[in-house]
Order: sequence, then C-alpha cells, then structure tokens
Amino acid sequence: MAEFTLDINGSRHTLDLDADTPLLYVLRNELGLTATRFGCGLGECGACTVSIDGRSLRSCQVPVASAAGRPILTLEGLGTPEDPHPLQQAFIDEQAAQCAFCISGMIMTAHGLLQRNPSPTEADIKSALSANLCGCGTHLRIVRAVQRAAKVS
Amino acid sequence: MAAPVMSRRAVLQGLSGLLIGFSLADPSRALAATVVRSGEPVDDKPLASDRIDAWLAITEDNRVIVYSGKVELGTGVETALRQIVADALDVDFDTTSIIQGDTALTPDQGYTAGSKTIQIGGMQLCRAARSARQLLLRNASERLSVPIARLETRQGHVHVDGNGQPALTYSQLVDTQVFDAVVEAGDEQPNPPRFVGRSVARVDIPDKIFGRFAYVQDLRVPGMWHARVIRPPTTGAVAVARLEDVDTTSIPEGVELVRIGDFLAVAAPSEWQAIRAAAALRVQWEAKYPLPDMDDLHDALQAANADEREIEARGDAERALSEHDNILEATYRWPFQAHDSIGPSCAIADVKNDRATIWSGTQGVYPLRASIADLLGMALESVRVIYAEASGCYGHNGADDAAGDAALISQSLGRPVRVQWSRADEHGWAPKGPAMVMALRGAVNAEGRVAAWAFRNWTPSHLTRPSSDAGARNLLAGNLARASVAQAPPVGGDRNAPVNYVFGQYRVSVHWISVEQSFLRCSALRTLGAIQNTFANESFMDELAARAKRDPVAFRLDHLKDPRAKTVIERAADRSEWIARVSPLREVESAGEGQRGRGIAFACYENEFAYVAAVAEVEVSDREGIRVRRVTVAHDCGQIVNPNGLENQIEGNVLQAIGRTLKEEVRFDPMGVTSLEWGAYPLLTFVEIPEVDIVLVDRPHEPPVGAGEATSAVIPAAIVNAVFDATGRRLRTVPLRWRGES
Ligand code: FES
Ligand code: FES
Repeated sequence: MAEFTLDINGSRHTLDLDADTPLLYVLRNELGLTATRFGCGLGECGACTVSIDGRSLRSCQVPVASAAGRPILTLEGLGTPEDPHPLQQAFIDEQAAQCAFCISGMIMTAHGLLQRNPSPTEADIKSALSANLCGCGTHLRIVRAVQRAAKVS
Repeated sequence: MAAPVMSRRAVLQGLSGLLIGFSLADPSRALAATVVRSGEPVDDKPLASDRIDAWLAITEDNRVIVYSGKVELGTGVETALRQIVADALDVDFDTTSIIQGDTALTPDQGYTAGSKTIQIGGMQLCRAARSARQLLLRNASERLSVPIARLETRQGHVHVDGNGQPALTYSQLVDTQVFDAVVEAGDEQPNPPRFVGRSVARVDIPDKIFGRFAYVQDLRVPGMWHARVIRPPTTGAVAVARLEDVDTTSIPEGVELVRIGDFLAVAAPSEWQAIRAAAALRVQWEAKYPLPDMDDLHDALQAANADEREIEARGDAERALSEHDNILEATYRWPFQAHDSIGPSCAIADVKNDRATIWSGTQGVYPLRASIADLLGMALESVRVIYAEASGCYGHNGADDAAGDAALISQSLGRPVRVQWSRADEHGWAPKGPAMVMALRGAVNAEGRVAAWAFRNWTPSHLTRPSSDAGARNLLAGNLARASVAQAPPVGGDRNAPVNYVFGQYRVSVHWISVEQSFLRCSALRTLGAIQNTFANESFMDELAARAKRDPVAFRLDHLKDPRAKTVIERAADRSEWIARVSPLREVESAGEGQRGRGIAFACYENEFAYVAAVAEVEVSDREGIRVRRVTVAHDCGQIVNPNGLENQIEGNVLQAIGRTLKEEVRFDPMGVTSLEWGAYPLLTFVEIPEVDIVLVDRPHEPPVGAGEATSAVIPAAIVNAVFDATGRRLRTVPLRWRGES
C-alpha cells in the first residue's frame, strides 16, 4: 500500500492504495464516481474512458500510480444539469442513448476528439469512436450528437 | 460524492390515504420503497393484478405513483408507460413517477421480454388507470352530490359543468378505500390523448448523461463485500467439470472462500482484492470435453435425437413436392450468439437468517425470486427481489445468474455481497442465443407462384430462464452447487417458423433438441427463433422469386392477403426507390470496384403482431467484403406511443442485427467457449454502420403491439438477398463470409 494524491474533476484526494490498482476501481469504489464504467477491464470496449492530461484514456488500463498528480476528468466533472457541457446537451437533444451504459465512455472519447479537432467530419467522428463499443446500436444518434456538439462549441 | 447507498429507513411523505415513503429522495429512482399508511410502514401493499391499488397510488400532493412489474431495460418503456398512464388517468405526465419490478411492491407481470412491455404491460396499466379514473369520478359525484354526467376530469382534477375552476383534486378524492377496487373491463379513452403519440423525451436520459444514474453495478450496501466466482475450465449446456481440490494456501489473508458442491467463490472487502484472489487461486478440476468440432456443429444439431412437431400445414406439401421435378432445396445455418451487454452482469444480495433482499438487473423479479428461494432453501415470502437497471440486455443474459451467485455467497458468509461478473464470465457462461439449422424445400409453378413450401428446423429451446417450476436448476449457481441440469420447455424455436404468405401446399415443422444435446447453455436472445427462421424463410422466398424470374417485391406481394403486410412492403420499396428487377441485377458501382445490390425481407412478428419490411443496400468487393450502405425500414406496430423512442429501438435493432449477420459468432473448441472477450467476439463498429431510413406506419386505432425486435428478424435476409442481387452468390450461413470461401 502507498499514498497517492489524485486530482479529479478539480478536487484533490489522497488515498492509501495498492500501486497496481486500476484507476477505474479507485474512481468507482473509493471515490463513488460511478459514471466511469466497468465493461471489460481489458481495454477493449471504452466504457471506462476518462480524460487524463487532456487525453482520452481507458481507466481500466491505467494503474493508479501513473495517474497520480495528473489532472483527471470524468463524466461527473464535465457538466451539470444547470450548466451542461455542449456534448451532454447534444446527447440529450439527440436522445442519443438506449441503456446508456456506453455513453460515459462515448462522451469522454468525443471530448478528447473535440479538443484535438474542434470541427471533425463525420468520418473523423466515426474513426475516433471506432474502438468504443455499444451493444444497443445507438451509433447513429451518438454520431449525430457529436456533430451537434461540434457545431455549438 | 459518495456512491449511492441504499438504506431501508423510509422517509415518510404525506400522511393521508395510501401513502408511499421512499428510501431515496427522488421517488422515480426509489430502489427500496416502503408503503406506509397513516404514517406507519405496511407490509401488505396490494399486489394482485386485478386490483387498482396494485398498480396505482395518488400521493397527498396529487402525484401519481405507477407500480410496474415491467421494467426499463434501456429501451425507453419507463417513459412510454408513464405516457399511457397519464392519458388514461388524465393527469400531467410530469406528475407521474414509476416504481419498477419489486416483489414487495409491484404486481407480477412475469418477464419484461419479447418487446411485449407496451403490448401487454402497457395495456394492463391502461385498464387500471381508466378504472381508477372512473372510481374518482364516482367518488366525486357522491361527495359533490352531482351526477357523473356533469363531471369531467382534467389533468388530475375533477371539474363540474365544464367550469374552469377545478372542484376537487384527485388526492382529495383518494381515501384508503377508493382504489381498493377491481380493475374493470377497458372503457374508452377519456379524452383525446395528450401524451400518447408524442415524442416525449425519455425521462431517464438526463441522469445517465450527467453520470447521476445508479445502475445495479453502482449500488453499494453498508457492510458489503465484493465476490468473484471461479468457474470450471469447461463450458457446456450441462455441468461438465467436477471440483476436485482447492489449494487453501493460495488464499490471501483477509479473503474468504465459499465452496458449495462445484460452486466456488472468493470474497473480500475490496473489489480489487477479490479480483486478484480469484486469479491467484489454485484449483483442480476433473473435466470432460463435451463439445463437437465447431465445423461439425450444424450436422451434430441435425443428427440430434429430436422430436419433430408439426406447427402448421395446409394441403399436402410433401405430395405437391413429389409431383414437381424442379424442386428447390436450401439449408440455412445460424451460429450460437452471445449477449452484447456492454456491462457484465452484477447483483447484490443481503441474505439474513429469515429474509433475503436481492438487487438485480433481472427481466423478471418474480420468477427470479422463485428460483432464488429454492436455491437458498427459504420460503418465497422471505425473499424480496428488487429490480435495478443494468447495462442494456437483449434477453436472458447473466443478470439472473449473478443474483444467484450473490445470494449463495451472502448466505454462506452472513453479510451483504456484491458479485460483478468479469467479461469472460459473461461471454463464457451467460446463456447463448441458440445455433439452429433451417431446411427448406419448395417449388414454383408455371404462373410464377409458389406451388409448395416445406420448412423444417432443428433448435434447442430458447428458454431456460428462472421460474418457479425450474427453481434453482435454472441458475448457474444451482447447476454448480447441486450438479443439476436446466429445465427447458420447448419455447422460441418455432417463432416465425410459419410465414404469413398464403401457400396452398404448405408444411412447417420443428425438431426440438434437448438441453443435453444443445452443446452450449441456451436461452432467450433478442427475437428468440424469429431471426433465424425469418433469415431462412425470407432468403428462400428470394430464391424462389429468382427461380420464377420475378421481382422479389412483386413476388412477395402476390402471395399476401393482409393489407397491413402489403403496406409495409410497398412503403419500404417506395422509400428506398426500389426498381423492379429479377435478381441478380449485378449493378456495378460507378467507381468500378465492388458490386451493389438491394434485397428486401418482410415479417409479421410471431405471425400476428408488428409488420416490418426492410430493404438493404449492400456493396460487395473482394477487398472490403460485404458493406451494408443503407437500410430502409417500414414498420407498423399499431398505435405508436412514442415515435422518437420507437425510431431509437428500430435503429438499434437494425444495427445490432447487422452485427449479428456479418460478425457475431460464439466460437468454441472441445473444452468450451473460446470467444471470451470482445476481440474474439467482435461487434459492429462505428466505421461499419449504414444510413438507416425509417418509415413509421401509425395506426392510432389499432392496439399497440411489441415493437423493436421485430425489426431484427428481417435484417439478415434483407442483407443476403442484397448480396445475391449484387453478385449472384447465395450465402446461407451466418455470419456471412465473403472473402476466402464460397
Ligand atoms: S472497461 Fe476499460 S476498456 Fe472496457
Ligand atoms: S446505449 Fe446501451 S450500450 Fe450503448
């Protein structure tokens, strides 16, 4: 066990943890930030995507030791009902969800894309999301939502 | 922010009438609601489905609580059910909230499955709400001494003589007796619908988008431990391994081991500890290798010792076929397929000596309660199962099994336990959609019509869900702990085996394969057998049209009488700008690479519910294989409750069914399933999705029937028919392979 200080959604948390604990479990179990989802634990589905240092990364593959000290953003830190992030507003406007289990990862991946490329083409969006899985088949609406968010932001 | 914690302490709200207290601040998110009457919690919330108060309650502040045994699985039914109740009771949509799937609170509506929630559950609720409105009017008439004819309801109020001033609110009319009455036969819709038929935004979406929604995976109970089950090394339809020995020295400190028969689990205070302990445990199994070579799967299914049952017949198809010298024969094959739930199954159980509470993403709280009571050896009344939404589920995935796991471990440890399945647990051990073989024979006559049609298939049962009959046998934990075999009544393999075309000489029969001969553990996956059977029927219809040198659209229309069936085919053809053709048309793409084709398929779900036709446009090339470019769907499910929600479901079914047709196949070797993660079981990805164009045929005066999965059924045949149109090559095995084989 060792002590780590995490900078998450603008707040700092100091925790005593095994260094190899994946960030995903720290977010979900130690900090109650459950919007970041466990889908596979293998880096294959994207459900656990968060932003670390502005890059969209899979938190199931990031040991807590390597996330310590870097700014981490999760879906909870993106926006609120009172002050939604343009991506969140766009997902609501497009009703871009079925079960929505994949959606946190979709939004956090799209967030990384829009930071790099504020005016992506449809093909850019599809390729950025191509390693994120959705079992419900909500893909068409997700693409439309990201397009809509890109227009307004 | 802390994880959502469930507490059984009810916060009582209001003090008159039938009152409801909730353990959470937001009633619509209540996870363990308690019914209170005159401020005291009561255990006897009415549940009998013929009573109005089983379904509805009105709170002191004139809000409506809906008790639904049907649950939100991520398809938007929570919103749709509230729309139905709001209209039937004549209240504002925003004043309604819903409590779903709780054996202590909601009526027994069986399973939420088969896209039947609106068709059955919605109509039950609608009748209860209309009866409730009648009762409120009668009560108002007595209180005000005004005949009912002079009263009317408007948005939760009763008015006299059309007077703008409301005389009474519904809550003023509710006393403890008022809903203590039976549901009456359906009467007419009170007023023109205000919510049904409109695209009311889904109520669950904002919380999900802001990360505030608690799925079952997110719930935490005080004192709860995390557990992982250690599975045998082989998977099969029946238990095929015996647990011989566990090396107890490999159990880390602070970790508990649970062993009951061949059921083995570890539990620890932290989830990561449990995961690591499970991985490190040294276990010896004695295993058998139960499965055939994958290449022999379909032959083995056809060779199974399986009863043949005739489903439907007209004329004498066998004789008619024997009189034809130009018979067409074709055999179609479908693989085992897995559930695509992105979040593996999870459940929490808190089992005490005399009562057990289970939180589960199950599709049926009551059947699961029966199986769990048997598993735990407890009385039915001592077990409460509460639905908590999980990752989208498309049938009987691991949700019930995870609940059984958690219950058994919690009972053994005497503390609340959360079981989170791994990705490999879900892929390997959750029930599979059955592999099937469909064999057709047919002939066309000189007039270009079908002269004879004979269909046979070989199918395992599509239903091994928990139930009171099956008890613990239909839970994985029961199989392992007691070395039992699932019970599987013959269900689902005959779905859409018959066709809606009118053929004079026609026979349909099904060979039911027993659990022992099913190879993998099978149960309900979206459409049950309808996707397999429709794939075969609609491919064969296309083969006969080609044999008759007729346009596939006109050929289908020619064999249909039902105008609603014809309408969806015509609308799909029109919208997709279908050009009459004799397939294969072999249209060459202008760029010069690849060939384009279009195919149509039609089905009437279960031969009596939703009508769906789809036109698929594909592009086929050696370099890219088969690409679906565009799909046009015409869909008639009677009255449409929520058009945007319906389109969402249709889109989802189109995309998922394309994945099932082009990619999805559970692979196995003699030891068991080898597709244990997404790399080995790929889903459709963003770069492969087509355009989807939807024509909704609304029939406001027809009852609403199940929507959504009917669309899945027609997609595979539309695609293979389009591939044939493009290339002249007929593919009969799913997943479709273009390159590298013929
Ligand atoms: S849970 Fe991390 S990629 Fe699937
Ligand atoms: S919306 Fe259910 S997995 Fe994407």
